[in-house]
Amino acid sequence: MHVPDGFINAPTSVATGVVAAGALAVALRKAGDELDEKTAPMAGLVAAFIFATQMLNFPVGAGTSGHLLGGALAAVLVGPWTAILCMSTVLLVQSLLFADGGLTALGTNVTLMGIVTVAVGWGIVKIVTVVGPNSPKTVVAGAGLGALISVPAAAFAFVGLFEFGGTADIRLSTLMAAMVGWHVLIGVGEAVITALTVSSVLAVRPDLVYAARHLLSTRPLEIRTHTKPATS
Amino acid sequence: MGAGHGHRLHYHGHSALHRMPAECKLIALLIFVLAVVATPRTQYWAYGLDALALSVAVACSRVPVSYLAKRMVVETPFVVFAVLLPFIAVGERTQFLGVTVSADGLEAGLSLLAKATLGVAAGLLLAATTEPRDLLAGLEGKLPQQLVQIMAMMIRYLDVTSDQLRRMRIARESRGFVATQPRHWPVLGHAAGALFVRSYERGERVHLAMLSRGYSGSLPGLTPARASTRDWSVAMLLPAAAAASALAAWWAQ
Repeated sequence: MHVPDGFINAPTSVATGVVAAGALAVALRKAGDELDEKTAPMAGLVAAFIFATQMLNFPVGAGTSGHLLGGALAAVLVGPWTAILCMSTVLLVQSLLFADGGLTALGTNVTLMGIVTVAVGWGIVKIVTVVGPNSPKTVVAGAGLGALISVPAAAFAFVGLFEFGGTADIRLSTLMAAMVGWHVLIGVGEAVITALTVSSVLAVRPDLVYAARHLLSTRPLEIRTHTKPATS
Repeated sequence: MGAGHGHRLHYHGHSALHRMPAECKLIALLIFVLAVVATPRTQYWAYGLDALALSVAVACSRVPVSYLAKRMVVETPFVVFAVLLPFIAVGERTQFLGVTVSADGLEAGLSLLAKATLGVAAGLLLAATTEPRDLLAGLEGKLPQQLVQIMAMMIRYLDVTSDQLRRMRIARESRGFVATQPRHWPVLGHAAGALFVRSYERGERVHLAMLSRGYSGSLPGLTPARASTRDWSVAMLLPAAAAASALAAWWAQ
């Protein structure tokens, strides 16, 4: 859900715009370390992937369905800085070409969905992979946990912004309970989808999962041979 | 909430608004929505003036109102929120249409509805009258060059990636599989994973193809249309009207 114009007052919108621009400037520089000169084509294609995946509907039952937000997923797959770039590009394109999310709220949307979800998701994945055993399963679990917490974290950040620069006087506890409670549910869906997607990529191309790169260097090539010859 | 964002918004045309350089439209939209957002919330007539100015712009663009109206659905979740606001906000109570609601929440809900609607309508007008390519050319020089490049690559491969996802769905359905419940999520997860691998590999191929054609980190030739003083003065009419109405609203308050 993209914040539209008029939800957050003008000074707060400008402030989130500055935060978003600053983070993007750092991300542009750091993404070069993750992707070198491949940045534009790779980040562009990953952004197109995130955009398309947001259209993949996951049925919840009773005719309703949800879709992925993708912040934590992008962080696990391509690394945090590239993920911030990709998510921000997706939000920018959605705002300008699809009128989804207000232009004055772009800074807010980038901060919440492009930066908070990626930062929280990546932080948790990093902690889990450092603490947990060295195996692909740890990365999958970390991705799921990161996604689970990244969504309510973004909702929490939204409540903070709304308290500071919101345009209505709502009791903080009411808003917090409603927003965070609802987003915990969304986060559960996000967690399952993210974990499934990451484990699927890990099975086919583990080298493409940024958060699992440390596994590849320690994993020796294992040649599996048939012990039992096929009966003919 | 479950809806995708994949519908194309561009409406082919040759009106003055279609021909206007994208950078003029972008800046005009930005100032317009800023002015709308900065309008004090109880001066409802100011929103009326903004809406009037915007409808003149829509009329000039010759984009059918029904075309834009249908696409206003992206706003739905926030309409729900705006409608709920009078009931959940605190403060003094008031009577509205025979129901006791929060006075503050009512004001906030109405102004939120007005501002969000104006913002979405103005955004739709930009999207309907601007080709993605022109939009990118308009952003050139205003955003970091690398970000514009990423956007260009994304827009270029948006339909390819979306179509790939669609083909994967058709392939699933032609094998008799339609996901209807959470039990089916692993299949969709594999689809998303496969789409990532395919997108990434396509990115690698595209990058190699670009390198072989001499790519060295910058894209040549988005050639933005030069905006003349006349373009700018025409483009600024709408934001000027909104800014005037916002100023008048502040003065009247």
